Amino acid sequence: MHEFTPVSGVVGGLMIGTAASLFILFEGRIAGISGILGGALSSLGKEGYWRIAFLLGLVLGPLLIAGAGFSRPEIVIDASVPVLIVAGLLVGFGTRLGNGCTSGHGVCGVARASPRSVAATITFFAVATVTVFATRHVLGG
Amino acid sequence: MVSILFSLLTGMLFGSGLYVSQMMNPAKVLGFLDFAGNWDPTLGLVMLGALVTAVPGFALARRRTEPILGGKFRIPDRSDIDLPLVTGAALFGLGWGLSGFCPGPALAALGTGVTNVYVFVTAMVAGMLSYRLLPSGRP
Repeated sequence: MHEFTPVSGVVGGLMIGTAASLFILFEGRIAGISGILGGALSSLGKEGYWRIAFLLGLVLGPLLIAGAGFSRPEIVIDASVPVLIVAGLLVGFGTRLGNGCTSGHGVCGVARASPRSVAATITFFAVATVTVFATRHVLGG
Repeated sequence: MVSILFSLLTGMLFGSGLYVSQMMNPAKVLGFLDFAGNWDPTLGLVMLGALVTAVPGFALARRRTEPILGGKFRIPDRSDIDLPLVTGAALFGLGWGLSGFCPGPALAALGTGVTNVYVFVTAMVAGMLSYRLLPSGRP
C-alpha cells in the first residue's frame, strides 16, 4: 500500500493551515471548501466572485507547483464509478446539511475550538473509519 | 478587487498544500482511515500541521475588530449540536469512506485530468444542489 510520508504531510498541512489563517485574518472568512463551493452554486452574482477566485486558485495551485517540478502525487481511485457517484452525492449533500467538511470543520472549526465543528469532525472521522473497515475487512471490497 | 486577488492566492496556497501532502490521492486518505489494515498516519500529521498554523491565525483574528482587508468577520457563532449537523457529518463521512475524496482534494485534483475525479465532483455538485430542495436548504 502507501508508505508513510511524514515530512511532506507536515509541510502540506502547515501550508493548508497558513492559507486558513491568512483567509480569516485578511478576508474575515472561513476557508471551508464545501461552504465556498456551495455558496458559489447558489450565488453567482458579484458577491460570489471571491468564491470563484478561491476555487480557481485551488485548482491552479497544484498545476503551478507541478509545473515548478514538484512530483505529482499519484491519484489512485479504488472505488468503481457507481460507488463514486453515490459517494459524491453523499459528500455534497452531507457537507451542506452539516455545514462543513474537513477544511471548514476539521481545520478551521477545530482551530477555533467550535463545539459544533469538533462534534462534526469526530462524527465524520468515525463514520469514515467504520465505512472503510466495513468495505475492506467485512465485505472484502 | 484586492480581496478577489487575495482569494485566488489563498486558494492556490491551500490547493498546493493538498498537493504537497498528497491528500489529493484518495488511496492515501483511505490508508489513514484503514486502522485495521496497513495504516498510514500521514493524514493525521497533515491535520496537526494545519492546526499548528491555523490556531494562531484564528487567535489573532479574535483580537481584531475587523479583517485586515476590511469588511467584517464572518465566523459562525452557533454552538448547539443539532441533528442536521450530526446527520450531515455522518453522511459526509460515509461518502468520504467510500471514495477517499472530500471536497477540497477532489477540486484540487481536477487539474490532473483523471476522468473519475470529474465523475466524483459532478456527483458532489449534484448532491450540493439537491440539498437546496430541502426547505432548510433554500437561501
